[in-house]
Amino acid sequence: MSVARFWRKIPQRYNMIGTKCETCHRHFFPPRSFCPDCRRNGRIVDHKFAGFGTIITYTVIHTANEQFEAFTPYVLAIVKLDEGPRMTAQVVCRPDEVKIGMRVKSVFRRIATDGESGIIHYGTKFVPTG
Amino acid sequence: MKSTMVADPLRLFDCSPITDGAAAVIVAPLDRAREFTDTPIKVLASAQASDTITLHDRRDISTLDATVAAGQKAFRMAKLTHKDIDMVEVHDCFSIAEICAIEDLGFCRKGTAGKFTADGETALGGKIPVNTSGGLKACGHPVGATGIKQVYEIVKQIRNDAGKRQIDGADIGMTHNVGGTGATAVVHILRRA
Repeated sequence: MSVARFWRKIPQRYNMIGTKCETCHRHFFPPRSFCPDCRRNGRIVDHKFAGFGTIITYTVIHTANEQFEAFTPYVLAIVKLDEGPRMTAQVVCRPDEVKIGMRVKSVFRRIATDGESGIIHYGTKFVPTG
Repeated sequence: MKSTMVADPLRLFDCSPITDGAAAVIVAPLDRAREFTDTPIKVLASAQASDTITLHDRRDISTLDATVAAGQKAFRMAKLTHKDIDMVEVHDCFSIAEICAIEDLGFCRKGTAGKFTADGETALGGKIPVNTSGGLKACGHPVGATGIKQVYEIVKQIRNDAGKRQIDGADIGMTHNVGGTGATAVVHILRRA
């Protein structure tokens, strides 16, 4: 199986599928198969995240490694999903547009490339909801 | 201040250069130390603490909780307070990391280390000289060797052997080393034996 086909089998790689604990309603992304709060009393089920969140903090990357060079300058943010978990992801907007507290939603985008003839990495980025 | 922007607001000269380097210490039981040196140094505290590896799961992005915990533990082990420390080598992988470390180790209240540093209180002759070696930024960051290099600097200072950067009356020193962007922090307190 090629790498790309293998990646498609990982639920949280291309889709925002995590888990939640039905006992305490805590959500996990990336998925956890065990609730660290409820432990043996936890009941973990899959959860499809709505993809909406708020920017907690951000930076603008100007000097990136080779894989991300094509995107510079780009916004890298910590996003708190409405369901609770936080993610680190790129935000697709102009660097002067981004603000702490900005509402964003997840989108499926090209993340990086392994050189001219290498594999293209896809995954989750965010865009402003406005 | 005009160097290439890396990750806003950190510019190239805010970032420590990853370098080659090596450092070593000889550790021996205190009662045998004089077989190896005339000027042994005593380890008063060796404390470690850890935190999540992912930045986004941290309680606060301007504090390394691992540093706070390791620092408090080290002071308890050594039965000392901040006033007893003559100098500290902190893990300044970035300029802001030095500011946060000074606060997290308790030498300043949160939010005040920037002014404290600008006022010269962390320079030679200041209240608490920080990174007389130049630290990770000015001396270099040979990742695995950095922690021992910090100990080397404190030993030089305590032995009154630090040349132009010698601190007057250097007696007790602290080192603060960080791994995994703050997932691990290690704090040592050293004194002339």
